[in-house]
Amino acid sequence: MTIPNIVGAGLIVIGAGLGIGRIGGQAMEAIARQPEASGKIQTAMLIAAALIEGIGFAALFAA
Amino acid sequence: MRNSFFSKKIVAVIFLIAGFVSAQNHEGEEVETGAHDLKTEIKEYIDHHLLDSHDFNLYSYTTDTGEHKYVGFPLPVILWDNGLKVFSSSKLKHGEGVAEVDGSYYKLYHNKIYKTDAEGTINYGGHHGEETHTEDAFGENLVVDDSHPTNEKPLDFSITKNVVFIIAVALLMFLVFRSMAKRYQKSTMPKGLGRFLEPLVLFVRDEIAIPNIGEHKYKRYMSYLLTVFFFVWIINLLGLTPLGVNVTNNIAVTFALAIITYFITTFTGNKNYWKHIFWMPGVPVPMKIILAPIELLGTFIKPFSLMIRLYANITAGHVVLMSIIGLMFIFKNWIGSPLSFLLAFALSLLELLVAALQAYIFTMLSALYFGMAVEEDHH
Amino acid sequence: MEKLIEQFSFGLFFWQMLLFIALLLLLRKYAWKPILGAVEKREEGIKDALEAAEAAKKEMQNVTADSEKLLREAKVERDALLKEAREIKESIIAEAKEQAQVEGDKVIKQAQATIEAEKKAAVADIKAQVANLSVEIAEKVIKEELSNKDKQLKLVDDMLGDIKLN
Repeated sequence: MTIPNIVGAGLIVIGAGLGIGRIGGQAMEAIARQPEASGKIQTAMLIAAALIEGIGFAALFAA
Repeated sequence: MRNSFFSKKIVAVIFLIAGFVSAQNHEGEEVETGAHDLKTEIKEYIDHHLLDSHDFNLYSYTTDTGEHKYVGFPLPVILWDNGLKVFSSSKLKHGEGVAEVDGSYYKLYHNKIYKTDAEGTINYGGHHGEETHTEDAFGENLVVDDSHPTNEKPLDFSITKNVVFIIAVALLMFLVFRSMAKRYQKSTMPKGLGRFLEPLVLFVRDEIAIPNIGEHKYKRYMSYLLTVFFFVWIINLLGLTPLGVNVTNNIAVTFALAIITYFITTFTGNKNYWKHIFWMPGVPVPMKIILAPIELLGTFIKPFSLMIRLYANITAGHVVLMSIIGLMFIFKNWIGSPLSFLLAFALSLLELLVAALQAYIFTMLSALYFGMAVEEDHH
Repeated sequence: MEKLIEQFSFGLFFWQMLLFIALLLLLRKYAWKPILGAVEKREEGIKDALEAAEAAKKEMQNVTADSEKLLREAKVERDALLKEAREIKESIIAEAKEQAQVEGDKVIKQAQATIEAEKKAAVADIKAQVANLSVEIAEKVIKEELSNKDKQLKLVDDMLGDIKLN
């Protein structure tokens, strides 16, 4: 592992972490606002998080 | 919870044994390179753990006389090399011997089988022997062995450890669900294990299939969704046991699962699905031409991300878990060991969740893709 | 990425495909179809039972409503009957009273008429007797008065004097 690789991986992790964190936070806010829709929100949250995760992993392998 | 606790202990014990063993095993090399410290050893052990194996070993040890003993049993090796060749993996002697079959010689090197001459010579391309010492980002010395054997590789269809576990899980699933199905013939109420499994089956149907595919078309996909959900889940859970198999951290396995999802999506896609890919309705013509290749690429990226996600999550979980257990052997003091133990314990609880979550997400996204493929035109 | 491709084991892929598809087909035939079928059948059964219960409940409600209606009708009828009876009774009493009044009046009138007639007869009788008595008295008086001449002349004079005065 060289320095650019490590920095790149770090950036990817920061990006993906921010993205997933935002999704989770917004989902919680949404659930707090509409507890009756929590099932749908959770599903959408997981899908969105999974998509970001997928991109993140793809980038990690490229790095 | 209890099981995981014990399993981690057992893994730790096995790790300990294996660590000592491999330390002695590599003694000869150490003289050569002089760089086999504990860290490298742990890294090697983790790498080894993540790989498939041609033998079914529970653990190995070295006798007082320096003899290397493996506890486990050999598995059949099946090669296609100008004809089918089947022999026991005990002939390969864990990479220490050369197997002679019908006048051809094979040797195991870094978990891959190569064709060799009678002496088992591995020819290396690149820089064998002159392992390049480079400095990594932290200024530490790294030993990089970038030698690549140039020997011919026969097509390897061996029943490896992972294949054994795939067979075992398949058999287990078949027996459990067959007996569950039989119970339903007697009464419509589930009994025994069915009481636990039926809610899961209903979960896949009501929470995954129906919302994503739709009330009318979900039935066609239920078999695949249920099979893949339970298969991935059970095999992920088995990866957490001290047996130390990680089937889903083989890219080949996740690739196979993803490609089935891809084929089902492609072959059940209706006119509307293809129209959305090649001639997106509701956008101007130049945009349609730009969108078509992007959408087409998207159909490949979707199963590709499925493959990478499952592989990477399980691999990452195992690497982190094993590294934290490895910390115990590096710190070797009263703070490090309990800390590493607690961390490993918490992490294995998390891994239990991840095992189920990844199965859920794989199934869920597959269902989502199927739903896209059969969606009716709303315009 | 290269590591991934290098790690890719065609044998494992082959076995995974083969075993997974075999498992999929076997489970589809021997497990998923019976299980999902049984679950669906049960759900259908529960749905049917619920619907039947709902229908029975409705029926029950109808029956209750019917009986209530009947009861109400019976009550109304009874009330009507009672009212009628009361009216009849009242009318009978009133009629009887009226009749009694009329009858009484008639009796009283008759009685009065009789009394009147009796009274008249009595008065007439008394008058006749008084007249007779008066005549007899008058005869006696006259007989006495007219027994001497003087007295007879005097009477004639008195009478003539009365007439003059008139």
